[in-house]
Amino acid sequence: MEAAAKTKVFGKPDTLTGVPYYYCPGCGHSLIHRLVCEVIDEFGMAGDTVAIFGVGCSCVSYPFFNLDWIYTLHGRAPAVATGFKRSMPDTLVFTYQGDGDLGSIGIAEIIHAAHRGEKFTTIFVNNANYGMTGGQMAPTTLEGQITTTTPEGRDPAHCGSPLKISEMLATIDGAKYVARQSVHDYKSLVATRKSIKKAFEVQLAGEGFSIVEILSQCPTNWKIEPVDSCAWIEENMMPVFPLGILKDESGG
Amino acid sequence: MESELVSGNEALGYGAITAGCKYYFGYPITPQNEVPEFMSREMPKAGGIFVQAESEVAAINMIYGAACAGKRALITSSSTGISLMQEGISALAAAQLPCVVVNVMREGPGGGGIGPSQLDYLQATKGGGHGGYIKMVLAPSTVQEIFDLMQTSFYLADKYRLVILMLTDAILGQMLEPIEMKRIPEGDLPPKDWATTGHKNQREPRMIPILLKGYTPINYFQAYQDEAAELNSLLQKEELRFEETTTEDAEYLLVAYGSTARIARSAIEQARGEGIKVGMMRPITLFPFPYQRTKELVSAAGKTLVVEASGGQMIEDVRLAAEGQGDISFYGKVGTVFTPIDIYDEIVKLAS
Ligand SMILES: Cc1ncc(C[n+]2csc(CCOP(=O)(O)OP(=O)(O)O)c2C)c(N)n1
Repeated sequence: MEAAAKTKVFGKPDTLTGVPYYYCPGCGHSLIHRLVCEVIDEFGMAGDTVAIFGVGCSCVSYPFFNLDWIYTLHGRAPAVATGFKRSMPDTLVFTYQGDGDLGSIGIAEIIHAAHRGEKFTTIFVNNANYGMTGGQMAPTTLEGQITTTTPEGRDPAHCGSPLKISEMLATIDGAKYVARQSVHDYKSLVATRKSIKKAFEVQLAGEGFSIVEILSQCPTNWKIEPVDSCAWIEENMMPVFPLGILKDESGG
Repeated sequence: MESELVSGNEALGYGAITAGCKYYFGYPITPQNEVPEFMSREMPKAGGIFVQAESEVAAINMIYGAACAGKRALITSSSTGISLMQEGISALAAAQLPCVVVNVMREGPGGGGIGPSQLDYLQATKGGGHGGYIKMVLAPSTVQEIFDLMQTSFYLADKYRLVILMLTDAILGQMLEPIEMKRIPEGDLPPKDWATTGHKNQREPRMIPILLKGYTPINYFQAYQDEAAELNSLLQKEELRFEETTTEDAEYLLVAYGSTARIARSAIEQARGEGIKVGMMRPITLFPFPYQRTKELVSAAGKTLVVEASGGQMIEDVRLAAEGQGDISFYGKVGTVFTPIDIYDEIVKLAS
């Protein structure tokens, strides 16, 4: 075959280094990393992007990205991003946080970053548990879901019902784009990529805060097979956390 | 140069802006509210940014963000707010991010009170947060010195990639004094070739903290401890600051810092007037502590009195310095301000 006839049909985005992921089999983080990097590639902005990671399974992700990368304390990424973006207004800044990091210990920081209309984007990974510490209950854990700290299943009378964080954030004026997507099938991957792109556009236009919540597989802590974890999202998570654009005030 | 009448808290702000600090993040707390108020007014004029954070926890992490960008950033608070920042200060130190933190100390543990004290010495100098990091601690005793040391703090922070903590208190913060606002020239500084400002497709990506500069996660924390120890000896050699008052022939020595030292100076003058040979060692760097010179002075004096607005905290460093020598006692008071007479009376007791 002649070299000129070769067409690339699939490759990795340049923003990804290609270092093999060390996440558990079937984990959604690697899919989300890829989608974020595809969008950064599309904007041609890897050289002007700074990634700010919260504490969770993805806090050891620095080798995966061709990006300047900041590790923060548990829950504080939105505050770090505030200080960073305010001093570097021309960079594309995103925080990447889990549902424990963002929805529990860091709930004040995310709400107030949205409240001030900070011009960065948050990638919010909802896997319905604390992955890194071994599968404890998160604020997003479903009713009846068994975790290592809800051995009998989450009982709303004891510890509440799943917290709908994106719905909450959508009520805040400074949040201009709020979407909930998923990475459990091809269609959802396409929609997630589109939402990430939109969220970055809102940031780059200086319109305000933007966030994409992404329902993400955690087969290890859900104690099911990776294949089944995709169906688990659809059957168990999506009725509680419906997908869609919760708010889009871009271009306004 | 004309002098201007400003408060200690305002001097913090003027000093920072003079030093080229363009980022201030803070949360209101008495007795330092004048600083965020000053910054909200003055920072925009200086082309800088003021953000009122939702909490001290957020504020210290905002500083972390600005410091990652290689910018000069300041944060101020008071005791209970500083406690909330300890995890963040530890993270800044772990990441070797330069920044300046000021504790305008108020009273007591817990929520405490709004009066002056020096109750946070041990928290300031012996860690405060977890994990065995070091930072420099500076203690001015006049409004002019607050202004000057604020500039020095930014220089030292950049020079050593350190967190610099300045300790003042409610007295110094609220006190008005005429000061001269001179820019203190800085020496050469290393380039901030670690800042995560976007690689512009021209260099390798950077990460903060630089966990892997030749280390693996396995030996990193040992390496961090080794570096901290090395830096500690360097600071002991290069950066000690202290002031001596009539120590040449002192038979009695006071050791005091900050506002207490200032009040003690009046007491010393009075006692000297009556022929009592008393002098004072005032550490300006509380970390690194001037151990060697303190030891010499404590040994030379017959008796040493450590005076603090606390139940006795710096006295631990004075004893450590003395290595068993001298005769060291303590006088302290919390809740009401020392008068020169209080300290004078103690000097007389010491001498009788
Ligand atoms: C102050 C603090 N408290 C607790 C921890 C321990 N910790 C590490 S990761 C984590 C939970 C992370 O869960 P999540 O944000 O849902 O992310 P995931 O690991 O599931 O991706 C916790 C509690 C910590 N590192 N710091």
